Amino acid sequence: MSSVLFDAPGPRARRRIQITTVVAVIAGAALLWLALRQFAENGQLDADRWAPFGTWPIWRYLAKGLGETALAAVAAIAISIAAGVLLALGRLSPSRWIRLPSTAYVEVVRTIPALLLVYVVLFALPRYGLDLPLFWKLVVPLAVSNAAAFAEVFRAGIRSLERGQLEAGLSLGLTRGRAMRMIVLPQAARRVLPSLISQSVGLVKDTSLGFVVSYAELLYSGKVLANYNGLLIQTYLVIALIYLVINAVLSKLARVLEERDVRSAG
Amino acid sequence: MEILIEHLGDFGDGLLLTVELAALALVGALVIGVLVAALRVSPVPVLRAAGTAYVQILQNVPLLVWLVLAVFALPDIGVLADLFTTSAVVLALYQGAYMAEAVRSGINAVPVGQGEAARALGLTFSQSLLNVVLPQALRTVVQPLGTLAIMTIMNTAMAAAVGVVELTATANRVNLAEAQPIWIFVSAGLLYMALSVVVGLVTGATERKAAILR
Repeated sequence: MSSVLFDAPGPRARRRIQITTVVAVIAGAALLWLALRQFAENGQLDADRWAPFGTWPIWRYLAKGLGETALAAVAAIAISIAAGVLLALGRLSPSRWIRLPSTAYVEVVRTIPALLLVYVVLFALPRYGLDLPLFWKLVVPLAVSNAAAFAEVFRAGIRSLERGQLEAGLSLGLTRGRAMRMIVLPQAARRVLPSLISQSVGLVKDTSLGFVVSYAELLYSGKVLANYNGLLIQTYLVIALIYLVINAVLSKLARVLEERDVRSAG
Repeated sequence: MEILIEHLGDFGDGLLLTVELAALALVGALVIGVLVAALRVSPVPVLRAAGTAYVQILQNVPLLVWLVLAVFALPDIGVLADLFTTSAVVLALYQGAYMAEAVRSGINAVPVGQGEAARALGLTFSQSLLNVVLPQALRTVVQPLGTLAIMTIMNTAMAAAVGVVELTATANRVNLAEAQPIWIFVSAGLLYMALSVVVGLVTGATERKAAILR
C-alpha cells in the first residue's frame, strides 16, 4: 500500500502507525463517551425513550413516510431527467433560438435555491390562481431546479462522445434528430449513469423539503411523530439513519458502476 | 416596485445574513475539508476509515435533517447555541464533507514524483503534505471550490426552514406582508444570481493566478 504521500511502511513506520492507531481509537472512544454522557445526563438514554422505535406501529408509520419520499423522488427524477435531456439537446442545438433559451434556463436555475422555488410554488402561484395539489407543490420545484443539473450532466456526456459518432450517423443519411436519438443519446446516457445516480441521491435529499411544504414524506413524518411523542432527538436520529442507509446504498451503486466503466474503458 | 424600495432595508439585512452565513460556512468547510482530506490520505488505516465515515455520513443525510436535528433536538441533550451560530456550524460541517472530496481529488492529481521527491529530501508525512502536496493540490481545485462556494450560498437558504431570516426567508416574509410575489421573489432570485456571478468572477480570477501549467 503506497500513495502520493507515503511508501510501503518499514518497521519504524509500522510502529508509528500502530501508536497512532491506538491514540486515534482512544480519542474516538473518548468522543463517543462524552456524547453518551451528554445523552445520559439529560435522561435521553432511558430505555422508555428508545423503546417506541422497537415497535411495529412506529416503523409502519415511518415506512409510509419513506414510501412518500420514494414516490416524490421518483416523480421528480423522471420529470427532471426528461427535461434535462431536452435542455441538453437544446444547448447543443445548431439553432440559436433553441440554444439561447435552454442555456439561459440552465444558467439561471442553477443559481437559485430550491427552497426559494418551493416558496414561489407555495405562496406566489396560488395568487395567480395556480394552487397545485400538495404532492406537486413538492415535486414541481424539485423538478424545475434539478432539470438544470441533469441537463449539465447529459451535456457533459454528449460532449464526451467522439464527434465521429454523430458524423457517422449523419453520413448514413439520418437526420440530426434521429442521429442524436439513435446513436448519441444511448451512448451518452450509459456514460453518465454514475453521475445520474449521484444527482438522484441529491434529489432524494431535496425531498426533505416536504418539511416546509407539509407533505408527509420521511422528514415531515418525523416532525409530526416528534411533536406527538416528544422524543425529538431519538426520532430525528432514526430519520437521519434511514436517509443515511438509503443514500449510502445508492451512492455505493454509483461507485460500483463508475469502477465498472473505468475497467471496461481501460 | 415601490414595495421593493420600501423593504430595501429588509432585503439588505437578508442579503447580509446570507453572505455572512455562506462566508463563515465556507471558511469552516475549507478547514474541515483539508483536515478530513488529510485523514483520508494518511498511512494509518483507522484515520482513513474515520475520514471516509465522516464524508459518507455527512453527505448521505439531507442538510435539512442536520439543521432540524441541531436546532430542535440538540437542546434536549443540553447543547444549545443561538440560531445563527448553529446554522453556520451545521453548514460548515456539511460543506466540509464536500470540500474534503474536492481537496482529496486535488491531492490525487498531484504527480507521484512530487511526494517521492519530498520524502527523498527527508520530509515527514505532515511536512510533505503541508509544504509540497497541499499547495499544489489546492491550486488544481480552484474551479471545484468555486462550484462548492455557489452550492454553499444556495444551501444557506435551507437555514430559512429552521427560522434564520436570511434572503429566502426575507423574501417570504415581505411577500406574506405585501402579497406582491412576482417582484419580491424575482428580486430575491436576482440577488442569488448576483452572488453566484461574483463568486464565478472571483473563481476565474483566482484560477488564472493560481493555475500551474504542466
